[in-house]
Amino acid sequence: MSKKIGVFVCHCGTNISATVDVEKVAEEAKKNNPGVSYTTTYKYMCSDPGQKLLRDKIKEEGLDGVVVAACSPKMHEHTFRNASKKAGMNPYHVEISNLREQCSWVHPDKPTGTEKSVDLVRMMTEKTRKDKSLNPIKVPVTRKALVIGGGIAGIQAALDIADAGHEVIMVEREPSIGGHMAQLSETFPTLDCSQCIMTPKMVELAQHENIKLYTWSEIESVDGYIGNFDIKIRMKARSVDLDLCTGCSSCWQVCPCKKIKSEFDMELGNRTAIYVPFPQAIPSKPVIDRENCILMKDARKRNIKPNDSKVCRKCLDSCPIAPVKAIDYNQVDEIVSEKVGAIIVATGYKELDDTSMYGEYGAGKYKDVITGLQFERLASASGPTEGEIQRPSDGKVPEIIVFIQCVGSRDPAKGCSYCSKTCCMYTAKHTMLYKHKVHDGHAFVFYIDIRCAGKDYEEFSMRAIEEEGATYLRGRVSRIYKKGEKLVVLGADTLTGSVVEIEADMVVLASAMKAQDDAEKFAQKLSIQYNKDKFLSEIHPKLKPVESSSAGIFLAGACQGPKDIPETVAQAGAAASKVLALLSADELEREPVVAKVDRLPAPIFSTCIGCFYCQRVCPYGAIEEEDIKARDGSTIKTVAKVNVGLCQGCGLCAATCRSKSVELAGFNDEQVFAEINSVEFN
Amino acid sequence: MQIEERKKIGYYPGCAITMGSSSEEYGTSVLRVSEEIGPELEEIHDWNCCGASSAHATNHKLSTALSIRNISLAEQSGYKEILAPCPMCSQRLIISQKDVADDEELKKDVADAIKMPCDGDVKIINYLELIKNYCMDEIAEKKKKTPKDLKIASYYGCLLLRPPKVLKFDDPENPTSMEEIVKATGATSVDWELKTNCCGGGFTLSRPDVVLKLTNDILECAADVGADAIAVACPMCHANLDMRQKKIGKEYNRKFDIPIVYISELIGLALDLGPISLGLNKHFIDTESVVNAFA
Repeated sequence: MSKKIGVFVCHCGTNISATVDVEKVAEEAKKNNPGVSYTTTYKYMCSDPGQKLLRDKIKEEGLDGVVVAACSPKMHEHTFRNASKKAGMNPYHVEISNLREQCSWVHPDKPTGTEKSVDLVRMMTEKTRKDKSLNPIKVPVTRKALVIGGGIAGIQAALDIADAGHEVIMVEREPSIGGHMAQLSETFPTLDCSQCIMTPKMVELAQHENIKLYTWSEIESVDGYIGNFDIKIRMKARSVDLDLCTGCSSCWQVCPCKKIKSEFDMELGNRTAIYVPFPQAIPSKPVIDRENCILMKDARKRNIKPNDSKVCRKCLDSCPIAPVKAIDYNQVDEIVSEKVGAIIVATGYKELDDTSMYGEYGAGKYKDVITGLQFERLASASGPTEGEIQRPSDGKVPEIIVFIQCVGSRDPAKGCSYCSKTCCMYTAKHTMLYKHKVHDGHAFVFYIDIRCAGKDYEEFSMRAIEEEGATYLRGRVSRIYKKGEKLVVLGADTLTGSVVEIEADMVVLASAMKAQDDAEKFAQKLSIQYNKDKFLSEIHPKLKPVESSSAGIFLAGACQGPKDIPETVAQAGAAASKVLALLSADELEREPVVAKVDRLPAPIFSTCIGCFYCQRVCPYGAIEEEDIKARDGSTIKTVAKVNVGLCQGCGLCAATCRSKSVELAGFNDEQVFAEINSVEFN
Repeated sequence: MQIEERKKIGYYPGCAITMGSSSEEYGTSVLRVSEEIGPELEEIHDWNCCGASSAHATNHKLSTALSIRNISLAEQSGYKEILAPCPMCSQRLIISQKDVADDEELKKDVADAIKMPCDGDVKIINYLELIKNYCMDEIAEKKKKTPKDLKIASYYGCLLLRPPKVLKFDDPENPTSMEEIVKATGATSVDWELKTNCCGGGFTLSRPDVVLKLTNDILECAADVGADAIAVACPMCHANLDMRQKKIGKEYNRKFDIPIVYISELIGLALDLGPISLGLNKHFIDTESVVNAFA
């Protein structure tokens, strides 16, 4: 029995109707096409009345196939399939003909646009005729989440999920959680102390009964698929037993290696070889830095077990824990396995390292040219100067300080074309913090544009200029060089058209936010996409901003692009809510548009010849090998099998298969050929 | 005429350093040093202006054609490399070579204009490159004099290094090739801040006020780090720094008396070549202190 098909042509306001004669498209759809029993046009098919029209006509006209000629299926295929489901039709009998992105937006004149639209609709009508009913696939769900990265994004997401009653595993590669936010002094636009809002959250996370925390650990591998991920975590050898250690501090007080640059203090302060990165660290238990510890160095050099080296055992000797000491020099990396249903990636960013790119600013040669994060440490009460603004070279309080914005951002010549978004605000904040601490000092800021879009942001930056007296100069700095004890900053003031030369005591570079060094490798490990700057990509900037390209993996924070704290927290909450939806049931429904390798009765079993070309092209690792066995247990042949949990329905395997053994549901050969054959080629 | 297996390098003097022009001591000393330690330099027959300053400020095609004609002449004579000691020349030649390589139409126009093919891949090098590529061992071998306490500030200016993407010579912000050569002569190389700052270059006639300020900064910085002399490899830099010290003194109330020497002259002194044969008598600021240091 042939299908009764309805064709619904959308005007999309004037988006389609301006370059496509929609009435004619509807008329032509019916002509010479006995299967099409109903056609209509409507101004906005996706609106509520539009959807109602669809539902009503399915029932009234008894339709069993629908073509909606509208925008891209990426946009509203889901909408129309839902509407048809409500009207009692299997949703996979709805096809979208894309008249907007692929026609009206790209063709300037109406006759061409209309002609192409008629073809596009005819193609989809033919496909619809061959559509089969499909039913959602059910996949079991492990109701547990993994959060990678323990900065503010990860902490927020983990707490949101844990508070809703699900178990969370957090993996952080540094010795403590807290991330960059723990390093900041005050935060814009309210100037509240970063530590005061961050550390309680860290404590809450550590004490949460639903959260299991792995610090000094990294993701080794991620296998499986949405709802069923198998995670391997490498717990790096900490050399300290977290269960035994009480964090009493006696070990790091006696450590003789005291001159190691502190990563937390952005190398402005020192730490020991056995250390906790900062006093409020979670866990507040130390780790031995194996690169720098003299005992570990000796053991490496002599190729012996660390415990056999007797070069220095001060930390072990000082440990008061008995009978078994909390320090274990021989500890090795340990791999642990976890099963989770969803993953949030919150791996954060890295501040641009100025030594690499800006030779004209000294490329790290001048001690008093520092980065934004270094200034944060100087201004922080917990920093190396206890909040006094002192320049690193000689500890002098700078009387004249110059801030340079967009260092590494908006500079395509240096390979960094994007705006880091946070620097305008943090520079304004820095001028204020400086002014609050050095009343007689003067701050200059070189900027390209001031971009302070955000609630209360513009007011904040104006306050820096009008009330706190920072001098803003619109222009770039061409060079910094040393003259005696001063740094000469040569720049342009493009508003007055003059050259500016400032003899400053200290210069702060508003360095760009960059993707982590290993972002690319990490993204490949998780099979998620990233952009040219190595920031992880969301599926759609507006409609799916926290979803990564792999189902079940979500993004939060600056790993996806430069972001400030409010935005990061909001995004982390959004990612958590997506995870909660995913974990809300024991099973989840997946789109049935997946590939299938055929299975036939004996003696053929499958037309698959086992070449596994499909395995090589599959971007999602969804092709598995299956042995077809005889009764005696011997293998008759090995053939491909699709893991429907992983399959995203891209169709690469079906296109690659040499023996035509793979079929993509909803896009089988019959359907695709019907589409192609319906086009009249001139 | 093709020359097989040549070690000879095509020598392109350009207007500024050729015999009888304002900076002939640079050319003289370059040739004198090469006579002594090689490699053999042979003047490109019938060379013409490189198309710098007036030509390239007014007519891109003309200035390109001028440059390319020199390269094509060198190509026809079989040279694999051209030495252009004046950085203005070497920069123009390199940029023109790139421009015609990137632009088929320009290449055709230029070929029509010079009536020669212009796809030569002759490599153009500046004087520092020549020394670093061919002469470092020879200097060490044939060095006869070591100066006593001679502190030299190496000054590059802009044209040797910029635009970096095209010239691809040394680090544009912190170059070190000249320092290496200075050290090879036995002099002490001082670290200073303004080695790549602009000397004012072509503004020497139109905006002397700007040039005075810029050269003052450079001289002051070199004097502050205790340099006895400044080494250069560019006739423009030399002119601006050597010629104006008196005037700067008046304008900025500081008396400078810093000899500005070409790097080729410094090498020559280390090889014990006669100061007059190196043109050291043709400077505004007396170079005697430098010459004496090698005594």
